[in-house]
Amino acid sequence: MSLTLNKEPLFAKPAWSGILVCAAVLAALPILNLAFPEGHALHVSNYVVTLIGKFMCYALAALALDLVWGYTGILSLGHGLFFALGGYAHGMYLMRAIGHDGVYQSDLPDFMVFLDWKSYPWYWSMTDNYWYCLLLVVLVPGLLAFIFGFFAFRSRIKGVYFSIITQAMTFAFMLLFFRNNTGFGGNNGFTDFKRILGYSVTAPATRAVLYLITLGFLLGALLLCRWIVKSKLGRVLQAVRDSESRLMFIGYNPLGFKLFVWTLSAILCGIAGALYVPQVGIINPSEMSPGNSIEMVVWAAVGGRGTLIGPIIGAFTVNGLKSWFTGAFPELWLFALGAIFILVTLAMPQGLTGLAQKLKKYKEGA
Amino acid sequence: MSVLQPGQSYDASPGDANASFGRPKPEGVDTAHGAILYLEEITVSFDGFKALNKLTLDISVGELRCIIGPNGAGKTTMMDVITGKTRPTLGTAFFGQTMDLSRMTEYQIAQAGVGRKFQRPTVFEQHTVFENLELAMKMDKRVKPSLFFRLTSEQRGRIDDTLKLIRLNSVEQRLAGLLSHGQKQWLEIGMLLMQEPQLILLDEPVAGMSDAETARTAELLNELRGRHSIVVVEHDMGFVTEIAQEGKVTVLHEGSVLAEGTMQQVQAHERVIEVYLGR
Repeated sequence: MSLTLNKEPLFAKPAWSGILVCAAVLAALPILNLAFPEGHALHVSNYVVTLIGKFMCYALAALALDLVWGYTGILSLGHGLFFALGGYAHGMYLMRAIGHDGVYQSDLPDFMVFLDWKSYPWYWSMTDNYWYCLLLVVLVPGLLAFIFGFFAFRSRIKGVYFSIITQAMTFAFMLLFFRNNTGFGGNNGFTDFKRILGYSVTAPATRAVLYLITLGFLLGALLLCRWIVKSKLGRVLQAVRDSESRLMFIGYNPLGFKLFVWTLSAILCGIAGALYVPQVGIINPSEMSPGNSIEMVVWAAVGGRGTLIGPIIGAFTVNGLKSWFTGAFPELWLFALGAIFILVTLAMPQGLTGLAQKLKKYKEGA
Repeated sequence: MSVLQPGQSYDASPGDANASFGRPKPEGVDTAHGAILYLEEITVSFDGFKALNKLTLDISVGELRCIIGPNGAGKTTMMDVITGKTRPTLGTAFFGQTMDLSRMTEYQIAQAGVGRKFQRPTVFEQHTVFENLELAMKMDKRVKPSLFFRLTSEQRGRIDDTLKLIRLNSVEQRLAGLLSHGQKQWLEIGMLLMQEPQLILLDEPVAGMSDAETARTAELLNELRGRHSIVVVEHDMGFVTEIAQEGKVTVLHEGSVLAEGTMQQVQAHERVIEVYLGR
């Protein structure tokens, strides 16, 4: 494989081997789930496969966020919106694929029957075509991000003002999607999916395939992002982060660069959402709540922003803790999340990857 | 300027070489009339305070012009107007014959060939010395060419030449944030040179430098003399005397030109002594 740029490999050798080992272990889980019967020592439970599949979607979202926050210095508190929109776009197909198997056995999804709608609204047209929905997964978050970004960046809205606007945007969309009349199932959202391209969504084999596709996208996105940040464009992005006005005085127009990375990030986040929905089996407006977007920021911060690998590690760590915590002490999770964020901000601003590097240096020094 | 009286006419003979009519439109900045920068009656007011007051100033092609003046004379505001950071309230600013600076954005002005060094050194601290120069290098600075950019050996050579000129060739892989103050100033001058600008604006290039560093900077500017048009704003009189040589020095005071001439003429000027140099 010719994965080189400027004569430099994308990752150093140890990093490559680390990534490949992790990928191999992750890829083995659904195979062990299928190959060994329940009760066998090597069997991996359905629960674990679904959980790790979900984590990988989160990791993809955190990676997308790192591209804009860690590298370009644009803190988005609204990436949950792009995640949810990707999920809804995919969910539209999944709803159509239920067919007559709903509670009311109608052509329309149950929530539309409930609203007494007689036919699909115009924006649902063609959503029974899977490939069209996949196009929507990319186009809807991408276009929204492009238009929003164009006006925000052209007006030179920066820093905390930009963050607040993204937060307001996701909140506004959440209220919109909560309304039954919007035509996306109101506060129940989409659920009760039956099949995807004719295969049962709950079958272990389908789950394994979805899981492996997610892993493929996560790896692909990691390589793509790494290639981008190692290019000259990546150095321009970091210059935007460090001193945007200086960059203009040497002849760069930051608008195009910010718009490119912002839109790309939204698309990656939309893909993450689209992969998430069939694995989890539900999408509803709570995915657009401001808290979800902030949680994504915490994943990136815990892992170490501006490293690409860090946010992936952060997404796994924080969500792993969350799974354990919400089982053991459900009412304490939000306190724990806040404590983690404070601890990371104060004690290790470079996150877990920064901590690892410090330890390595310390070892070499000693 | 003489005004034509009734019945009078211009006495230019037909075929006069200087009265050129049809000229092909040149690429980039048009300096057919010998000047690269025209500032005319520029006024900049901030809430009624006039930072610049009807400032009129021309810079010739290849000239090294020093601009001095007390604090608040409007030197930095003038640079802000030229580079597009501040819009003039009144007046016109032209780069060459055709480019109206008051209608261009910062990056358009930079691409057209105006380079600026700020008062405080502003380099990209998280990038290496080499990367700083590479970012500044003259090339297509849009998104797609940046994504697929590969350094050619010729470009590599140009960066090496600049590194030698600014004497940072031994630290090219060091983060710019780790350089000394003087080295940062030189790196910034190096970044300017990589842009290959026709007009270079230097805002206090030796502020905070040691004597040896100041001498080296003067040497550097002397090497650039004639190759670019250079405007230097400076407080350090010794430094100005050294680089101005026989060239023009302009004294700004309260937003307009107080005096202009060689360093000696300016130093002997009555009003200049009064408001700036001190008796």
